[in-house]
Amino acid sequence: MRVVRTLVPVVAVLLIAAPRGVAERSTSAVPAKPDDKTIVHVLNRIGFGPAPGDIERVREIGLQAYIDRQLRPERIDDTAMEERLAAFETLSKTSRDLADEYFLPAQMARRQGQQVRGERQAIVELMQAKVLRAAYSERQLQEVMVDFWFNHFNVFVGKGQVRLYLNEHERDAIRPHALGKFADLLRATAESPAMLFYLDNWQSSAPEGARTLQQNGMRPGRRFDRAATLPDAPAAQNRRRGLNENYARELMELHTLGVDGGYTQKDVQEVARAFTGWTIANPRQGGSFRFEPRMHDAGEKSVLGHRIAAGGGKEDGERILDLLAKHRSTARFIATKLARRFVADDPPTSVVDRAAKRFAETDGDIREVVKSIVTAPEFFAAHALRAKVKSPFEFVISSVRATGTTGGNGQALVQAIRNLGMPLYGCQPPTGYADTAEAWVNSGALLNRMNFAVSLTTTLQRGAGRSPRNDVQVPKSAADAVIRSSLAGEVSASTAETVARATTDAQALALVLGSPEFQRR
Amino acid sequence: MVSRRVFLKDGGLALVSLGFAPQFLARTVAAAGVPKRKVLVTIFQRGAVDGLNMIVPFSEDEYYRSRPSIAIARPGSGPDAAIDLDGFFGMHPRMAPLKPLYDARQLAIVHACGSPDGTRSHFDAQDYMETATPGVKSTPDGWLNRYLHAREHEQATPFRAVAMAPQLPRALQGLAPALAIGQIAQFGIRAGQATDMVQASFEAEYAAAASGVLNRTGRDAFNAVRMLKQADVARYSPENGAGYPRSPYGDALKQIAQLIKADVGLEVAFAETGNWDHHAQEGAATGQLANRLADFAGGIAALTRDLGDRMADVMILTMSEFGRTVSENGNRGTDHGHGNAMMVIGGGVRGGKIYGRWPGLAREQRYEGRDLAVTTDFRTVFAEVAGAHLGLTNTTHVFPGFKGPLSVGALG
Repeated sequence: MRVVRTLVPVVAVLLIAAPRGVAERSTSAVPAKPDDKTIVHVLNRIGFGPAPGDIERVREIGLQAYIDRQLRPERIDDTAMEERLAAFETLSKTSRDLADEYFLPAQMARRQGQQVRGERQAIVELMQAKVLRAAYSERQLQEVMVDFWFNHFNVFVGKGQVRLYLNEHERDAIRPHALGKFADLLRATAESPAMLFYLDNWQSSAPEGARTLQQNGMRPGRRFDRAATLPDAPAAQNRRRGLNENYARELMELHTLGVDGGYTQKDVQEVARAFTGWTIANPRQGGSFRFEPRMHDAGEKSVLGHRIAAGGGKEDGERILDLLAKHRSTARFIATKLARRFVADDPPTSVVDRAAKRFAETDGDIREVVKSIVTAPEFFAAHALRAKVKSPFEFVISSVRATGTTGGNGQALVQAIRNLGMPLYGCQPPTGYADTAEAWVNSGALLNRMNFAVSLTTTLQRGAGRSPRNDVQVPKSAADAVIRSSLAGEVSASTAETVARATTDAQALALVLGSPEFQRR
Repeated sequence: MVSRRVFLKDGGLALVSLGFAPQFLARTVAAAGVPKRKVLVTIFQRGAVDGLNMIVPFSEDEYYRSRPSIAIARPGSGPDAAIDLDGFFGMHPRMAPLKPLYDARQLAIVHACGSPDGTRSHFDAQDYMETATPGVKSTPDGWLNRYLHAREHEQATPFRAVAMAPQLPRALQGLAPALAIGQIAQFGIRAGQATDMVQASFEAEYAAAASGVLNRTGRDAFNAVRMLKQADVARYSPENGAGYPRSPYGDALKQIAQLIKADVGLEVAFAETGNWDHHAQEGAATGQLANRLADFAGGIAALTRDLGDRMADVMILTMSEFGRTVSENGNRGTDHGHGNAMMVIGGGVRGGKIYGRWPGLAREQRYEGRDLAVTTDFRTVFAEVAGAHLGLTNTTHVFPGFKGPLSVGALG
């Protein structure tokens, strides 16, 4: 009964009123008979907003059941999405195949002054797939979480070989663990070539004069094939060697402990030493992660008060990941970020406390942490409704969902999101994009949102688009339908009036999508 | 002032006929003839520029010992050498376009300048610099916004504070209105023939918005749209042969020049330039940093040239969140450090000089044994610009808790 102790009385009552399995120890505050605006709230938070008919569908299966279902994406049938993505040939390829078939030929052709489309195709398909998944996947929460974690473990498409490894980073490091164990996610991103390249760790090696693992002869059995692995490794390019602190610092500041999580500059250096040798075999050819003993600092390390004995290899870094994943600062930091995503820019301490506690007691089970947040009384509190301003990505995707737009390959949406100042995979600093209103509400961006609303509805009206699937007309009363299904009928008198005065159906719809009400979720 | 009066008259009439309340224009009209206000252009180099390769302490042997592969050669050793400034410091060779400004005493440098807080986090350090409250995370507003708020006046237009950026930077967030504009030519509602109607409708929606932030931002946006329409900024060609770099940063500076010349009431402008975080393969006289510096310096040179005589009322202030390690790292790059160099450029500058006490680069002279020490608080430079250039007399609200000094003497 550890849980009950921490609960406010009203929740305890709810628990008694609607007992759930003891094993789940749920603190659910999910209303049994939700009104429209509560359902819209849930669709806005654990997904990218309501699509036509969603309110009715959720009511039919029950709100609690809907949330539970979204928490288990692997059990949701998403065949239509998969069929749609089957047309993208690059998504399932390994980084090595992408290098062989797209990036290296493009490089060659560029040298000969030719234009090739191969290289761009891999990036373009990835971006299109991202918007299509967010807009049309039945596994809405999964897409929210993939977006959340990619942003948390951000890499930037514009930095060198990251673009080659971007697909692998999202597909193999992030997606499989989006609702899994945080420790697995952390480990996967630490070994992700995109991350190793982006934060420079692939080049970090034991400082000049320091003893490395191989020179110490501690792993005599391990043969190292210089020719096969070093043609473009840094050790071959530069005879000099030394630490690079970039990954070590961001690992603690941004991925785990948080900037106030209690580490020092000395810890940063020690962590950097522990990760020396975590590199990439042949980054130009799409090679994978490898541990290089000759780059690894074999000395003793001391991190956050823990001693790591001399002579360790790859396990030095693993030990640190383990330490960080279990650290209470990490639980708190991740709980805060998730609560900010799902509840409010400045989330109530109570919900963060509960989520951090859940993180600690489930060994960092993300599904359980998210569940504790999206079933919390604070999540359903009246002031949490429409408390968040949509990011440009959320705004564009929710517009598409609200209007039931079916069409296209997603490229127009990719472009629109870029124009709104949030290019996909294009956040240069390791912090990722901000998840608070002040970052996205400014005069220029707001006008651009209204312009997007106008152009989306104009396109719809024309029934245009090169794709035959983009054939939706703006029906009469489309604006009213969106007000009902996406805003639960709640708009200001002024918005209702301007919509009513619009001269065309498309214009009316634009005035809904560009309205202040629709900028919130 | 002719163009200004005409514009105001026409603008005012046009708005009245559309039925909007042109309050800010009425105020401006009433104030026509008041002396022109000073303009501050701030440039943020995000990602922590390597100040020791930007403004090179070439007389320090330790500089060369610490940077075997990325140091900039001493002046006089060929085209890749540092450009001598005062016999001790030199400029990176790719910043040559700024040398004439230095020689004309319109450019001053403050070296070993930075934060009293030791953070090496980009995010925190930028935040501290933009709020001008190092070590305090709870500061709700930026220092430029506090300045604007402290000096609210009747003639203020929607263009009083403008960030040429997709997002409003922390420095300009706060109680006073400020605009963020990506491209001024596209700033407005675009709905073909229905534009006026759609714009008026959206404006009514946002005027009634329950949310404070959307309500206020919407109002600022539509006020600015109308004013810009009258100013006719769609076409622009820089004067005096100024050539801006073809980069988002160069573009931002060009548009700032446009706004200054359009006399729309600009007082504080903000531009930013990124990609300074060179942990690997930083380069020396050529390479990654060199290319970024060429863009950076080229933009400032073009802006000053384009503005010509107007530079008498304009000041440019450059900053970056912290410096980088004195020693290069294992990948011919530099890691996060501490002290850095800032620049002040304009007619009112006592330039041609490097200000600040130089702490030296020997290991025992460094901050924590590795970084350039800070001998001038960045707020000293901010305060000097706010005081001597913008005319702020009481700095307590703009720089809370700051004990000074309030000047390094670079603005006389």
